[in-house]
Amino acid sequence: MNILTGNDLKTGAVVWWDGNNWSLNIEDAVDVGDDAEAIMAREEQSRRVNVPYAVAATLTDGVPRPDHIKDRVRGLGPTVRPDLTLKPDDPSAITEII
Amino acid sequence: MYSYDQYDQAMVDARVAEFRDQAQRRIDGKLSEDQFKPLRLMNGLYLQLHAYMLRVAIPYGTLNGRQMHALADIADKYDRGYGHFTTRQNIQYNWIKLEDAGDILADLAAVEMHAIQTSGNCIRNISSDHFAGAAQDELVDPRPYAELLRQWSSFHPEFMYLPRKFKIAVIASDTDRAAMRLHDIGIQIVKNEAGELGASFYVGGGMGRTPMIAPNIRSFVPLDQLITYSEACLRVYNRYGRRDNKYKARIKILVHELGAEEYTRQVEEEFAHLLQQGIEPPIAELERIRTFFEDPAFEDGPKTIDRSDPDFALWVDRNTHRHKHDSYVSAVVSLKPVGGIPGDATAEQMHLMAELAEQYSFDELRVMHTQNVVLPHVKIADLHALWTKLDAAGLGTPNLDQIGDIIACPGLDYCSLANARSIPLSQKISERFAANGKQDILGELKLKISGCINACGHHHAGHIGILGVDKKGVENYQLSLGGSEAEDTALGKITGRGFDEAGVIDAVETVTDVYLAQKQGEERFLDTYNRIGMAPFKEALYD
Repeated sequence: MNILTGNDLKTGAVVWWDGNNWSLNIEDAVDVGDDAEAIMAREEQSRRVNVPYAVAATLTDGVPRPDHIKDRVRGLGPTVRPDLTLKPDDPSAITEII
Repeated sequence: MYSYDQYDQAMVDARVAEFRDQAQRRIDGKLSEDQFKPLRLMNGLYLQLHAYMLRVAIPYGTLNGRQMHALADIADKYDRGYGHFTTRQNIQYNWIKLEDAGDILADLAAVEMHAIQTSGNCIRNISSDHFAGAAQDELVDPRPYAELLRQWSSFHPEFMYLPRKFKIAVIASDTDRAAMRLHDIGIQIVKNEAGELGASFYVGGGMGRTPMIAPNIRSFVPLDQLITYSEACLRVYNRYGRRDNKYKARIKILVHELGAEEYTRQVEEEFAHLLQQGIEPPIAELERIRTFFEDPAFEDGPKTIDRSDPDFALWVDRNTHRHKHDSYVSAVVSLKPVGGIPGDATAEQMHLMAELAEQYSFDELRVMHTQNVVLPHVKIADLHALWTKLDAAGLGTPNLDQIGDIIACPGLDYCSLANARSIPLSQKISERFAANGKQDILGELKLKISGCINACGHHHAGHIGILGVDKKGVENYQLSLGGSEAEDTALGKITGRGFDEAGVIDAVETVTDVYLAQKQGEERFLDTYNRIGMAPFKEALYD
């Protein structure tokens, strides 16, 4: 599957395209199929997101898992600061993305 | 230390207003990212993996307590309670919001700081010896010359769009504590046979994907021609540096391709031309700058240290440096606790370092390129009290230049350029060598880790270097041995095929075991490597 990601223009936060809007949670990301270019062009025009790009991912246990480790780290947060990730209370979250 | 005059302050204040407007125009949709990106980079604002990252300049690593307090306040108010000290003697914040950037720059300007020229193809922060002005072995304090170069290079209209970024280091002792020969220009302040001070120029060094050691192109430039000669070096580079290929655009490639002799000939020709133009600032300006760096009022006091507390004695042995006044030492505050993140400091730790500088070190601090902090002028009489407070705050780890004193770039945990994570490796190596006790018997061993070929973690210059690479989407690590960024500058050699994370940690231990088995007398790891070569290490690693 192809999912879209970028950084929120004002905050820089990592965001994922949920079909209608940008979400902070990768679990909300949807497969955009062949529409990636059109959505990115439209969203860049709207100035909400910075440098959006498409990411190859695989649906794993119902959740999109980016194929490349870089985007998996983006989707969670720094592996060396569990307290600053999106899942600070889930000790297995980091090992699952490595 | 240097204080802004009205011109410095006016320039920085004007830049704050300008960037505040630019950021707002970006938020309002009046600038595209393509238009805005070069503007934000000129102000140190990157877009990294998780957020915007702001890199703040700390000229030649020197700052005072008020400035360190301000850096701590920024960490608390606009970031997530911490900052990261870098191998360029700067500080980075990892969680910055674009909408806050103008306010942060204003807060920095209020304490004579900024983020100008911390990115982009311009002359970056001038770096120097972290013991400058304090070291017993220095000829003079190199910082007045670094400051003169800072003023010359700030907003220099001819050098704002160089072929590539440009880094300058200035030292004034034969011991190199600034990786001088791994800079685009390395300057060593020297004396000639007549006893006059001058500058010895090394040009074309660097790390990155094509590491090179800078050759010496002129052994003595009179100090009243320092800027003119620097300008000549830059002009030749600006004219002929490769703008067609980003990966061949650094000055080291130009010097290498032309040959040091031809590059030097062109610089000398340009220098002769520039001398006629009279571009050198008046020597009175250098003298004015020098007054800011006069010694504080040192007082005679106890010269011996009570070593009855073994933990304190160990810290003294490892983390203090000989001072030019025999009643003082320079004390290194370790930002490398066992298992910690190299270079990270919490806002509370930054406030404490500021307070300790105010109390014990004439209100001065220095950031080291090895990602620690120095209190340069500490009375021997105050040393135990200082150590007690540092130790209680987790800042007293006795590991300077030991295997636990690892340089590590932010790596894939933060950096959009990285291929692999650096920090977890450093944490695990530090933990292993603390737990097995080997750190205490290894002596000086400099381990440096980069998460990509850009080499921000200086892996080429590590006695042991580790480079993270992307092997079909999986982190992999190359090991190199024999590098040095000191006066014996050398580039490490790759041992062979790479390792996974667990494998490279084991490999580091294997390498240290070979050293311990082969070591003669007081040899450091690097000495043993230079004597026996790569073969015994390769044999242990791969056979």
